[in-house]
Amino acid sequence: MSQQTIHSDADVSTDSDEDAMISVRNLKTYYDEGGLLGGTPVKAVDDVSFDIRSGETLGLVGESGCGKTTLGRTLLQLEEATAGDVLFDGVDVTKLDGSELQEWRRNAQMVFQDPESSLNDRMTIGEIVREPLDVHDWKTPRERRQRVKELLATVGLQREHYYRYPHQFSGGQRQRISIARTLSLEPDFVVLDEPVSALDVSVQAEIINLLEDLQAEFGLTYLFIAHDLSVVRHICDRVAVMYLGNVMEIGPTEELFANPSNPYTHSLLSAIPEPDPTSDRERITLHGTPPNPRYPPSGCPFSTRCPTRIRPEEFRALDDELWTRLNALKNTLSERKRAELSVRERVRAAVGKDTRFGSIEELYDDLFGDLEVPPDVQSALDEIETHARNRDEDEALAVYHDAFGSVCEAETPEYYSTGDGEHRSYCHRHDEGYRSPGAVLDRRHR
Amino acid sequence: MMSLERSPRTTAERDEPILEVRNLQTAFFTEKETIRAVDDVSFDIRPGETVGIVGESGSGKSVTARSIMGLVDSPGRILQGSSIRFGHVETVREYAEAFPNRTVDLESLRAEYDPNDFFARAAVDVRPTDLGYERADDVPLEDVVAAGYGDALGVGDGDCVFVTDGSPESPSSIADGFVELTRLDGEAQRRMRGGRIAMVFQDPLTSLNPVYTVGNQIKEALRLHQGLRGEAATREAAELLEDVGIPDARRRVNEYPHQFSGGMRQRAVIAMALACEPELLICDEPTTALDVTIQAQILDLLAELQEERDLAMMFITHDMGVIAEISHRVNVMYAGEVVETAGVNDLFADPKHPYTRGLLQSIPGRQEGDRLQTIEGNVPTPNQPATHCRFAPRCPKAFADCEAVHPASVPVEEGATDHTAACLLYPEELPTAEAVARHRRRADTETRGDTE
Repeated sequence: MSQQTIHSDADVSTDSDEDAMISVRNLKTYYDEGGLLGGTPVKAVDDVSFDIRSGETLGLVGESGCGKTTLGRTLLQLEEATAGDVLFDGVDVTKLDGSELQEWRRNAQMVFQDPESSLNDRMTIGEIVREPLDVHDWKTPRERRQRVKELLATVGLQREHYYRYPHQFSGGQRQRISIARTLSLEPDFVVLDEPVSALDVSVQAEIINLLEDLQAEFGLTYLFIAHDLSVVRHICDRVAVMYLGNVMEIGPTEELFANPSNPYTHSLLSAIPEPDPTSDRERITLHGTPPNPRYPPSGCPFSTRCPTRIRPEEFRALDDELWTRLNALKNTLSERKRAELSVRERVRAAVGKDTRFGSIEELYDDLFGDLEVPPDVQSALDEIETHARNRDEDEALAVYHDAFGSVCEAETPEYYSTGDGEHRSYCHRHDEGYRSPGAVLDRRHR
Repeated sequence: MMSLERSPRTTAERDEPILEVRNLQTAFFTEKETIRAVDDVSFDIRPGETVGIVGESGSGKSVTARSIMGLVDSPGRILQGSSIRFGHVETVREYAEAFPNRTVDLESLRAEYDPNDFFARAAVDVRPTDLGYERADDVPLEDVVAAGYGDALGVGDGDCVFVTDGSPESPSSIADGFVELTRLDGEAQRRMRGGRIAMVFQDPLTSLNPVYTVGNQIKEALRLHQGLRGEAATREAAELLEDVGIPDARRRVNEYPHQFSGGMRQRAVIAMALACEPELLICDEPTTALDVTIQAQILDLLAELQEERDLAMMFITHDMGVIAEISHRVNVMYAGEVVETAGVNDLFADPKHPYTRGLLQSIPGRQEGDRLQTIEGNVPTPNQPATHCRFAPRCPKAFADCEAVHPASVPVEEGATDHTAACLLYPEELPTAEAVARHRRRADTETRGDTE
């Protein structure tokens, strides 16, 4: 497997495809920035670059809160980008405003997740589907009505449904209505934000078939946002995996599913329950939850949960179980650092009473009581304990990083090209000095 | 070979069922119509076993769960003839002790009970077929009283504890019996709900009260069911949180639900459900609102807890992948009825009912060819007693008789008692005409009067 680094952004853009319809370059979307008191922004999308080719379906997957919806909305300028470019046919749409922006929006539409809340209950189906036409002043009212009726037929509804209200329709039919509305202005690019997540499997299959038909008929380009990976595998040509505002891996669907590169993709794929009770596949269970995007970890965003984290040279021989506990200690310390003490608790602590924080001794007992800890680890732990007892979590964490940290926390990884040229993964392990994630997973988890 | 792989637990004869659901019918009476949300459902759950219930939305999964919990609110009602028996012996003893006036010794009744004579009585408005038997001779006394037709035998209105082996006077001697859940109310209901049977709901945020700390809410269950208070309760609550894998539990106990992440909240809800060491845990789509990685954690946790505590679980979901992962037996529901029941390996390897097949084929990745298979149409709302197959309008294999005969649940082939389907095509070894005739006979004897 060839593994080359893609060093600078310049490389990425020269890499970009001729037939790219949309090129996203170093896109960042931060929320809550520059308030009166400054404050730390939520880094919902943090430096993302990729291309979407004309006529393809690009899947965007990840856990909730990883920024996939924000990314989709930023592409459509429903959110303002903090930095970076979104090039559509060479025009940076993040800089558009006024009538130019309106023109662009004709071209790019969105289907929302929940068909219950994305249709106005007080409008008839006809009015809902006609609204984009009205807003953009499309031809004459008579032609608009005609167009709406055609659209309803296109998405598999009846023309007579024009005068009905949303509550008279089932979930699948409502999603069809949403799709009809999306198509009314003949866009080139459609963002599908979890279009089938709220539907039952059999209905879900109908909508997926419809989306595929429409793509073939109108030559649409889709950005398909989803957390259901089996749906993504079925419908998408390429897939981007997001975690904490970063694209961890992007590549052709079949290759990515059959031969994932990034440890996060490995874990995500192994977490999908397979509809086959005889499957004996080993599951990689990730511990904990994704970190708060307001305080992303330093280095690699996935380093706090990564099952293949690079371990420092001198502790390479440590037991896997001990590493799990060490990681738990670190996560507890960083949580405590951010948990605020109420006045009452400060007083309790001052007079020597128990606070709601169990003592550090208890924590240690829980974590390491039943394990044999080698002396060099113990000495580091003792130092951490001293700082933690004084409620100096910052210092405790610094000691932790000195002792147990590695390149994963220290430096942000680069994109490495794995497999054929367009399959990229964001992980230190692709560097030649380390073993590949797949090999490490084999050793640690099987 | 396949059925051996899973675990020895799947063997049906391991234990007596802890929960027996028989002919459960729950209907909602609105001004416009009567919706028969659950229509004649029967299944068992054994200790240490997970029974999965799958089906599309509107198929009656959640109403089944709520009927067991006694959470069906007006205008909904469990119809007479339904029976949900909780057969945990210790519980029966405890109930016999706590509610001597509501306890009935079935042994002493048995002398007066002659099935033929009983069903011939004018005052008795139930036929043996209503209880799932073809002949009056076959109907055991238990079924009659549990279904609520015991008045003629002198069973009082409020009686809910039935002892079949042992004497109600000395509760410790009771060796067999059951508590009839459909007849519970008041204190008896409260002890069962939460104490013996607990439930985990889909959305953890709506099952937690936002203005109380998580610890507070766990302590409420401990106080009500185990009388724990103060420091002891707090300690117990923290321990429970630790058991469900929440780190730093001492601190977490005093935090509010909004300070927990989605997966943690569901863990906290599970801790609450386990607070009183229930025998049966009902999970109503507990992972639907969670991400796959968190779902994997919760499924692991539930499997672990089941192992530790020998919990019986009823697991409702519409995700076939989750069902394959967690359950031992599966009931497939459609429009209020169980259309297929099988061990999990059989169901996935060899689904019989056309609906189950359709459901499995519509999962991306399992179909042949590029297009996804779909099941045309929608789940109907059952508002009449079934006189034909409710799936017939959507069924790819439907034939004329499907519109005329209501299929009964039969073994899919000779001797396969563990795998049943409600479809005119089965039993498989019979020619279709004969199979239809058999279903017709069952349906005819079952001309159910208005059960209202």
